[in-house]
Amino acid sequence: MTDQRSQAEIVRQSLKRRYRKERRFRLYGMTAIAIALLSLVVLFTDIIGKGYTGFIKTTMTLEVVLDGEQMYLDDASDKDQMSMADFQAPIITALQKHFPEVEERKDLRELSRLAGSYASNQIKDLLARQPELLGTTQTMEFLVHDTVSVYVKHADNPAYSIRLSEQQQRWVDELVEKGVVDTGFNDVFFSRGDSREPSNAGILGAIVGSLLTMVVTLVIAFPVGVAAAVYLEEFAPQNKFTDFIEVNINNLAAVPSIIFGLLGLAVFIGVFGLPRSVPVLGGLVLALMTLPTIIISSRAAIKSVPPSIREAAEGIGASKMQVVLHHVVPLAMPGMMTGSIIGMAQALGETAPLLLIGMVAFIVEIPDGFFSSATVLPVQIYLWASSAEQGFVELASAGIMILLTFMITMNALAIWLRKRLERRW
Amino acid sequence: MQTANLLPLILVIAVIAYGLSYMRSRAVAEPIGGIRNLKALPFYYAARAALWCAIPALVVLALWAGFEGKVIQNYVVASLPAELAPESDGQASLILSQINNVAAGKLDPQFVPPEVVGAADLLDALKQRSASFKATLVILLAVLGAAYAWTRVQPHINARENVERTLRWIFFVCAAVAVLTTVGIVFSVIFETFRFFGKVPFTEFLFGTSWSPQTALRADQVGSDGAFGIIPLFTGTLLISAIALLVAVPVGLLSAVYLSEYATRPARAVIKPLLEMLAGVPTVVYGFFAALTVAPFIRDLAESIGLEASSQSALAAGLVMGVMIIPFVSSLSDDVINAVPQTLRDGSLALGATQSETMKNVIFPAALPGIMGGILLAASRAIGETMIVVMAAGLAANLTANPLDSVTTVTVQIVTLLTGDQEFDSAKTLAAFALGMMLFIVTLALNVVALKIVRKYREQYD
Repeated sequence: MTDQRSQAEIVRQSLKRRYRKERRFRLYGMTAIAIALLSLVVLFTDIIGKGYTGFIKTTMTLEVVLDGEQMYLDDASDKDQMSMADFQAPIITALQKHFPEVEERKDLRELSRLAGSYASNQIKDLLARQPELLGTTQTMEFLVHDTVSVYVKHADNPAYSIRLSEQQQRWVDELVEKGVVDTGFNDVFFSRGDSREPSNAGILGAIVGSLLTMVVTLVIAFPVGVAAAVYLEEFAPQNKFTDFIEVNINNLAAVPSIIFGLLGLAVFIGVFGLPRSVPVLGGLVLALMTLPTIIISSRAAIKSVPPSIREAAEGIGASKMQVVLHHVVPLAMPGMMTGSIIGMAQALGETAPLLLIGMVAFIVEIPDGFFSSATVLPVQIYLWASSAEQGFVELASAGIMILLTFMITMNALAIWLRKRLERRW
Repeated sequence: MQTANLLPLILVIAVIAYGLSYMRSRAVAEPIGGIRNLKALPFYYAARAALWCAIPALVVLALWAGFEGKVIQNYVVASLPAELAPESDGQASLILSQINNVAAGKLDPQFVPPEVVGAADLLDALKQRSASFKATLVILLAVLGAAYAWTRVQPHINARENVERTLRWIFFVCAAVAVLTTVGIVFSVIFETFRFFGKVPFTEFLFGTSWSPQTALRADQVGSDGAFGIIPLFTGTLLISAIALLVAVPVGLLSAVYLSEYATRPARAVIKPLLEMLAGVPTVVYGFFAALTVAPFIRDLAESIGLEASSQSALAAGLVMGVMIIPFVSSLSDDVINAVPQTLRDGSLALGATQSETMKNVIFPAALPGIMGGILLAASRAIGETMIVVMAAGLAANLTANPLDSVTTVTVQIVTLLTGDQEFDSAKTLAAFALGMMLFIVTLALNVVALKIVRKYREQYD
């Protein structure tokens, strides 16, 4: 009797300690989840905080006198003269109008550096298009130099002004006050290819390159993946070779993506002689990489089609192939499509294998076909992120936002498809 | 004619073959009392014609397009006179690019020897001849195939069986692509690896403690040999992976425990997809985050407490990589924990154990092999991860265990060796393939072991 009571006593006494332990364990779990979610939040805020300025461009509106004498140009339709002419001069003159006190050669050079490196090209292009404008005065909008742009966008943060001299900072402040230098939505970013000058670089080339690459990937990986899944689920005999295929698929799903880059380099470039850095090559490599994902999810979708459907079709005399093609595959299609979209989203964000097959080249032109040199979104982000200029860092995070938007859209589409079309049996 | 134009052309011929055979099968059926007296539906006769038309033509087209470049190249190089004949692979590709540029009009013919101009003309002529041969052959095959199938539209032939057998074969070939890919991977790394070991002894590669693949151009320069010891790369890879696992395993495991044992259903429905988002973020984004945010932060933090830290530290790359693989660990452990039978849980709770005691003393030991398998899979993921380390871990092959130092990994070296200026056939380029081979073997072994553990464990409770 006393013995029992003392045991109950012991248990009761230890209860407090045990409950405390229980609560602590729970707390560990919650902390772990909090850490994981916090990293997600920090990641996104960091990228948005760094990148929103990438969507802003800084421009400079100037009254430019297209003075032929100053440009050493008396006939704008003459190609030889055009190639020799000085298109920088009108910009300096226009800027000087705002700062008449600047006269020294050194200061003038500093002043002219406020305008972007492509400003003179803009004048050249205008004159090449409309030679009759020579001698007139035009109001033109130029992109400012990258350092000025960074300074204007981060006016409240002194850390971003170090690359401008004090004098230049004063000029820029005055120009902003006058409304000559202004910021606006960065349409350049969405309408151009890469450039050496951050303010002149755009992401359109990479988006088009990604699109072309994805088309190749989809056209190869989806039919092949579905056909392979159908074979393995419906037709494959139980033998060693089938097992071997299955082992291969499972292993390929876990092979590091960079190995696929080596494959592309050695086989597609080395043996078949495909050109480097073209969407066809990138698409092929990514297709091989996503194939296991598509096969595995398609097999799951086929498995989920109930046997009663098959039996009913067989019962009224359909052949095996008819059962599969007329009933099983259409019913499994939503599941297959969901898996494929998720696989494509993975492929869209993949970078490493593409670095090895030369899609990392500096390409200004927007690719116009499956065999023209191209780069893709994640590689473009990588290239910008490895550049030193602050302007490129902004562009890289802006590019990341665009890439993530594409990926979230694709995943949302997959979820929607699953909710909408998938049948529960 | 270009390959790109031939594809739609074949398609058009196939559609025509389909239509003609469809009409013919109906016409054939007419006198014998309708299509019910044919051996197969008209669709199958038509489909068979389309397959007969397209498959041989496509196969020939693919083979031709795959090998024409190489064959023409070899022919052109062989036609060069003896004094220009290339002695090494490097020279060969130099001369080839000259020839290609002259042929494409990018290089003025007056800057190159007349033999090269001749070769360029030859190249042009061969290309044109090859293209016209290819087009003729492919179109001929398509038409012949279609015509043959058209004549075989006869009531007693069972076209359905033919079509289904062909489709089965096509499906089989698609499934075999997985095997072909593996074979391709193995072959693409194996040859170059053997060539590499012809230049650098195997033992030096495996046990050398110094890695500097920069071989000098001339033999008498300093460091002309280069050093290919893989040990610093291995320790670097291990260091970063270990840091990643130190982050991912506790966080992932505890999240999985909380989600499966404590969280309410709605909380689970929100948190799980959010965690999985971490796995969906592209690695280049993590790399950007590691290089531009985490690494400077860690350097400043270390300096503020008086430690010296490199701006590209192993710690930054490892931490971010750890965040990336949290969802792998958590979803794999979640599966395993849920697979432990409810009876074990109920038994323990009925004896008066608290939930955490049940977890620690009953479920966790039961799930341990599966969790180990999951961790191995996560480790193989960490070892093969490329972008984070390329952007955040640096290139210096330091043999160190200091996480604040900059280290380099196997994947970083593969990327660096193969994206810079490539020297043909040098030990430097070949080394990348040897590293790839090592990476492939290690990750494959990890995966095989992990899958075995997981599978064996699953059978235990099934």
